[in-house]
Amino acid sequence: MTPDGLPPFTPERSPGRVLAAEGRLPPERVALVDILDRLLAGGVVIAGDIVLSIADIDLVRISLRALLGSVRGTEPFDPLGQPYAERREGEDDRYGW
Amino acid sequence: MTDHAPAGTTRPPPPSPADAPRSGSGSRPGQGVYLYAVTPGEAPYADEPHGGLPGGTRGDLRGVGGGAVRPIARGGLVACVSDVPLDQFGEEPLRRHLEDLDWVEGVARAHHAVVETLAAAEPTAPVRLVTVYTGDDQVRNLLDRRHDDFAEILARVAGRREWGVKAYLRRETARPAATPSEERSAPSPARAPAEPEGGGPGAAYLRRRKESLRGREDLWRAAAERAEELHAALGRLAVASRRHRPQDPRLSGRSESMLLNGAYLVDPAREEEFAAVVAAHSDRFLDAEITGPWAPYSFTMIDLGSDRDGGVR
Repeated sequence: MTPDGLPPFTPERSPGRVLAAEGRLPPERVALVDILDRLLAGGVVIAGDIVLSIADIDLVRISLRALLGSVRGTEPFDPLGQPYAERREGEDDRYGW
Repeated sequence: MTDHAPAGTTRPPPPSPADAPRSGSGSRPGQGVYLYAVTPGEAPYADEPHGGLPGGTRGDLRGVGGGAVRPIARGGLVACVSDVPLDQFGEEPLRRHLEDLDWVEGVARAHHAVVETLAAAEPTAPVRLVTVYTGDDQVRNLLDRRHDDFAEILARVAGRREWGVKAYLRRETARPAATPSEERSAPSPARAPAEPEGGGPGAAYLRRRKESLRGREDLWRAAAERAEELHAALGRLAVASRRHRPQDPRLSGRSESMLLNGAYLVDPAREEEFAAVVAAHSDRFLDAEITGPWAPYSFTMIDLGSDRDGGVR
């Protein structure tokens, strides 16, 4: 094991008041949407190695889009779309008042 | 949680010595090997089957469906895996389950909990949600063939933590005049319809409305500029930065427009400054909040597809 790994986050070690106020939430209290941001658009993708094709990210993308689009409303939500910075032009309707 | 959620009740074999590392092919009928993350480490001693996992977790770390997390070590790397039933994670069952947000949430939270535990102890390269192999041998092959890629990722994230920063338009500045019913029917400012000049109460109303929209558009632009400044300032402090898409209000639970959904890989020495920058940008335009620390999900994006060279994006 590497002893130089990050020690667990503790409020005592928090370097700033804002960070201390945030703290590390227990996993069950972290917002699902924040987790999905990372689990569906981050992490190592090993598509080519899987014999089962279940790690095919397109499958997850399509299913979740359909799910969230149908269950949560009419406008599809695409958590796996292009990063915001690449889509800003013409996307102002995302910020409807 | 629904009845087909990945609960322990659906996993036939209870934890047993069979959860210990296997030296054979590692392939068992009806079982897949779910990969959470790769960490640095050596093979565990024979009398300490979970010794390859970070100190403190030992054998009690449970993953998706309650399966015991166990190490598969190879060449200075440890793949952290657990067994999952293929009647849930096989291709067809998975396709159905992914339509069920409760099921997705159960898997995502279990995955996240394992990664959090690992990342709190040592450098960790999380793997994308639902990466399942047919046996341990496949995982060993992965560690063999992609050793250098994983080593590069782990070196980059070692000693650093990911922080999330979400910045919202402040509601009180965003909606100064209109009533909720007007809000619902209002088009975005950029698409406000052209209205006729002239007299009459209708025209006066439209003029007022236009001015109101213009004022709010100005506020929006000011807030968006502040969000850009915030992202740029945080990016200068961070080792790496990335923007996620703004979250859908239906999922974030907040109706305000999200102007920034950023992720930043930060050296511990810069964390205080980082927090101060976020605090300084929370003003009458922006409501900025920090999430984390996170395992470095947003900075381990590498595509190890077999038909490509890979490489960190």
